[in-house]
Amino acid sequence: MQVKAADRTAPTHRSPPERRTRSRRRTPARRWTSRKAQGLAYAAPTAVFVTVFFVLPLLLVGQMSLSDWPLLAGDRGVNAPKNYTDAADSTLFWPAVRFTLLYTVIVTVVLLALALLLALLVQEFRPGAGFFRTVYFLPSALGLASASLLFWGLYSPTTGPLSSILESLGLVDDPVSFLGTSTSALLSTVFLIVWKFAGFYMLILLVGLQRIPHEVFEAARMDGASRGQIFRSITLPLLRPSLALCLLLCVTGSLLAFDQFFILTKGGPDNSTVTVVQLIYREAFQRLDLGTAAALSIIVLAVLLLLNALQFRGLRRADES
Amino acid sequence: MSIMRGDTTVLTRALGRTPYYVVAGGLAVIFLFPLVWNAWASVSGQPGTAQESGHGLGNYRTLLDYDAGLWRYLLNSTVVSALTVALTLGVSLLGGYAFARFDFPGKNLLFLLTLAILMVPYATLLIPLYVLLGRLHLQNSLVGLSLVLAMFQLPFATFMMRISFEAVPRELEESALVDGCGTAGALRRVLLPAVRPGLITVGLFAFLAAWNDFIAPLILISDSEKAPLPLAVANLRQQSMGAVDYGATEAGVVVLAVPCLLLFLLLQRHYVRGFMSGALKG
Repeated sequence: MQVKAADRTAPTHRSPPERRTRSRRRTPARRWTSRKAQGLAYAAPTAVFVTVFFVLPLLLVGQMSLSDWPLLAGDRGVNAPKNYTDAADSTLFWPAVRFTLLYTVIVTVVLLALALLLALLVQEFRPGAGFFRTVYFLPSALGLASASLLFWGLYSPTTGPLSSILESLGLVDDPVSFLGTSTSALLSTVFLIVWKFAGFYMLILLVGLQRIPHEVFEAARMDGASRGQIFRSITLPLLRPSLALCLLLCVTGSLLAFDQFFILTKGGPDNSTVTVVQLIYREAFQRLDLGTAAALSIIVLAVLLLLNALQFRGLRRADES
Repeated sequence: MSIMRGDTTVLTRALGRTPYYVVAGGLAVIFLFPLVWNAWASVSGQPGTAQESGHGLGNYRTLLDYDAGLWRYLLNSTVVSALTVALTLGVSLLGGYAFARFDFPGKNLLFLLTLAILMVPYATLLIPLYVLLGRLHLQNSLVGLSLVLAMFQLPFATFMMRISFEAVPRELEESALVDGCGTAGALRRVLLPAVRPGLITVGLFAFLAAWNDFIAPLILISDSEKAPLPLAVANLRQQSMGAVDYGATEAGVVVLAVPCLLLFLLLQRHYVRGFMSGALKG
């Protein structure tokens, strides 16, 4: 009983029976066409959004990466492949790539291990488990920029409380410079990110844990399996899809790290914590060269697509086995 | 993977021996400490801030007077968040309906393209969007920023609304159509109430993303009058001749965090649904 699209603009107070007779007279083919037109109409806003703000920019960034494109002057014509060679020749390029990869590996390992521990903790049926779940998740409700600003104060050598706490615990003798050296800046940022995101990944893993049927655990327990055996042989394998999702999100997110370093370290000390996305920002808005920034963006896009394809293939193989 | 497996096994074994509440409670303290410390520090006296000694709201007064003023930045953030939420809800409601209930040419291509937004890094799109918004005369505009933020929400939102519509029994919609509603009427009167939970989840995610976003306004907004709050608080740090005002920053973090924490605590159930739906898998 479909109503032709044009009917929606026709006088609306026609009585229902009359409408029904009208639509019954219509052939099925025409009804199907109008149904198609309506579907298109409902999808139109999505199509416009995706075209204007996604497809067009994607094409534009490709064009920009092949053109001489200063921030203020705009398009000055094709200069390929100068932007790409400039990007790779930049003294910061390889250090930024290396640093971003190192950061990604550390964050991913620490974050997923802690998230798994948290998920196992709050999954237990004990009084207070719900409270702990909420507490662990709270930092995830914050924005990354807010969390970075918070830790910027927390790590401050003048007003931050951490040094004096560590000193009073006898763990350190001198005030700690959390952002002063390249290693401490990296580790301090990792701590911030783990604090901020552990609850988020905990929640994904928790959903995965709850999808595992209870009977499986009970059967294993009846067979006399130890906690460690259950974890290794049941929980981990059955949790694999959720872990893979966490891995994908965490690796992608870390490779694109920006806010935390922009706010906490500004890439310092001595440009030792410049990430690839920060490099894009610098090229575009400090060196005012949109062309090179676009070339870098394309490189990042290519690497990410490759990585996602690899992980998807890995996932599919995991599903088959 | 194998390293992780080893680590966590050791952890579980250790857990078997350590009392549950020591581990869980200790972790809870670590997770809460930065939040509590920041709230406390924002009202405590520190040299070099508006609150030199004792406790009080001096740092918040600094924030009220900073540059264009806290109210201005709050207004900017509110406008951007409200617009982003409205755009995301509107587009994904109609789009979700179309993808769930209609067949039309290009349907699968459009759906895949929408999800593909997830695969493309934020930064890759922001550089051309900066140029594109300039051509559309939307550079340095809160509307332009909201449009971009809504676009980044579309993959999750469209997926979420599509499965929300698919979960509604077809009979419900068909009986409305038989009763003489057009599809628009069926959507408004029958389907809208049925997909409300999905809409709340989508709206919540869109709000949190828009309220907290940093890099998009950093690149797309050049006028400090138009900065949303996160950008304004980050800029505030470079104020006053190199001297750093930690107190005002702490107050700013409180103002930024409170709406998010409150909304999350109120709508926890809806937030978790976002995870249950599998929509995060894209």
